Amino acid sequence: MSTAPSRPGRERPPLLIIAVGNDSRGDDALGPRLLRELMQCEAPGLAAGEWEAIEDYQLQIEHALDLTGRRRALFIDAGSGTPAPFYFRRIEPGVNPGPGTHVLTPPALLAVYQRIERQSPPAAFVLCLRGERFDLGDDLSPAARHHLAAGLEFARGLLTDTRLAYWTSQLRD
Amino acid sequence: MSQNLETAEHPETLRRVAIDPVSRVEGHGKVTLLLDDNNVVRQARLHIVEFRGFERFIQGRPYWEVPVMVQRLCGICPVSHHLAASKAMDVIVGARRLTPTAEKIRRLMHFGQILQSHALHFYHLCSPDLLFGFDSDAARRNIVGVAALHPETARQGVLLRKFGQEVIRHTAGKRIHGTGSIPGGVNKALSAAERDALLGDVYTMIEWCRAAVALVKRLHDANPALYSSFGMCRSNFLSLVGADGGMDLYDGWLRARDDRGHVIFDQVEYRQYARHIEEEVRPWSYMKFPFLRQFGKEEGWYKVGPLARVQNCDRIPTPFAERERRELMDYAGGSPIHAVLGYHWARMIEMLHAAEWIKDLLHDPDLLGTELTVRGERAHEGVGVIEAPRGTLIHHYTVDENDIVTMCNLIVSTTNNNQAMNESIRHVARRYMHGREITEGLLNHIEVAIRAFDPCLSCATHALGRMPLRIELRDADGNLVDQLTKDVDGTVTAGS
Repeated sequence: MSTAPSRPGRERPPLLIIAVGNDSRGDDALGPRLLRELMQCEAPGLAAGEWEAIEDYQLQIEHALDLTGRRRALFIDAGSGTPAPFYFRRIEPGVNPGPGTHVLTPPALLAVYQRIERQSPPAAFVLCLRGERFDLGDDLSPAARHHLAAGLEFARGLLTDTRLAYWTSQLRD
Repeated sequence: MSQNLETAEHPETLRRVAIDPVSRVEGHGKVTLLLDDNNVVRQARLHIVEFRGFERFIQGRPYWEVPVMVQRLCGICPVSHHLAASKAMDVIVGARRLTPTAEKIRRLMHFGQILQSHALHFYHLCSPDLLFGFDSDAARRNIVGVAALHPETARQGVLLRKFGQEVIRHTAGKRIHGTGSIPGGVNKALSAAERDALLGDVYTMIEWCRAAVALVKRLHDANPALYSSFGMCRSNFLSLVGADGGMDLYDGWLRARDDRGHVIFDQVEYRQYARHIEEEVRPWSYMKFPFLRQFGKEEGWYKVGPLARVQNCDRIPTPFAERERRELMDYAGGSPIHAVLGYHWARMIEMLHAAEWIKDLLHDPDLLGTELTVRGERAHEGVGVIEAPRGTLIHHYTVDENDIVTMCNLIVSTTNNNQAMNESIRHVARRYMHGREITEGLLNHIEVAIRAFDPCLSCATHALGRMPLRIELRDADGNLVDQLTKDVDGTVTAGS
């Protein structure tokens, strides 16, 4: 779901945020939930039209085309067994999908972009919020709610200062 | 048919190899092989270790919510669930026959899903195995490797996916969480601008699909011995066919053939599915094992999906795809193809068929109509069946007088193929793993056989950090002797 689709013939917003997850799978909803709350916030450093947000269940190969024309990409996703409340990492292309499923990891998506567009992808980061349970029909777990709150505050900071140097200074494992 | 390797006589004396979960297959599948001291396979099983609970998720909801909420069951084929549920709810609202606009919008949506799903499977999931070989370096046996050596092929795969998603977006309203199909019809027609945007690309898509069929045929021609035997599992076939026996992926009647191609039953109304299909529960898997009642569980299991559909129908109603179907049937030489790599050939024929149908529909003026829904006499029970990308998908509901769903039964495509997938890995295990060292390449043969069916095992969750692949070798006492681990970045590590 593109929440702010680009207008034909216009330059695309330089920042793309891709939130990945399924609302009906417990903590898998962390990515979309964070995105929706983020869109309700004011981001003083970022004017309307400077960013675009996409929400989807999973990353697929065609999302590589959504990266075209961007200068920055932020992937927001839930993690299982990942650091709590979240990690924030810069990612690079060239990592193989490995034993994923029908889906791509964010680094693999960058690699697909690089191969099909024959150019380097935008600077890309992953904000991964730790989830605890992913069963069908579950709501967010109590721990995930805490991670969501922490991640939201952190993400607001990223939108307030979008300089690459600032984002790089905020990396967190 | 494989000799029975489902249950060994003395499993306590055998070594255990577990592949958990299966690479590039959704959800939580696991393969276990029990080997004796001579590395002879004595038992092979594909386990589904996650309980889905789909039916419980849906019961208690208002019926009109169901076509939207079932999309959350699966992130890979949400449109198939959306349409199958809509067809069942058509019965509930008494919509015996949709308006021409509504039916054609739904068909367009469905063919968009078929196109994008088949493109994903061929270019992203199976082409690395087919283009590089099952034993090739695992580090490059993926879509990135394909993109490096075959950049135009990889690009076409991405753009075919994108086109299919655009068809879905225009007909369902959104790329995901679509609401376009509703009980009794659809809630929007296509605009002329949307139609023209799709028409601008569809002819290129058809040409790329034709090239994809040609590529698969070249692979068959290059290694006919492999393609004619790999993962062989002789079985019955099941699919919908149209009133004239032609391929119809959206609607029709059930037809089954036996392993020699003889018709078992034909033109069966799908609301009668339970009279012909029974599901067996086995203690070692959460996924049921359907079979044709008249043959029983030993002989009644069947294959669904592209290989079944292409060989079950009498014709395909689009010219390029029909020409390719005839060539496949000629290649088979009068006896059905049961080797599982044939799925890829059939899948590409269906992808071509979908692209041709999309083109025809886009030229149909009904697509821009304004009569979108019908209603009739209410019913309390509805069955909707559709040919999803992976095979026959059955949705069955009962609804009470307060519009609440009181019963839901889903038989998804992967469940229909459950026994066939198990038989296929047994064939591969017997052929490739006897007396051999266990290597990643050999184990990938097992995965190649499973992937040919394009299974989707409870696929709507995907969180980062999941899905490592672990192979455990255990002695008769259950002690861990050795293990092979494939991490999320594709790195294979031997030892603990």
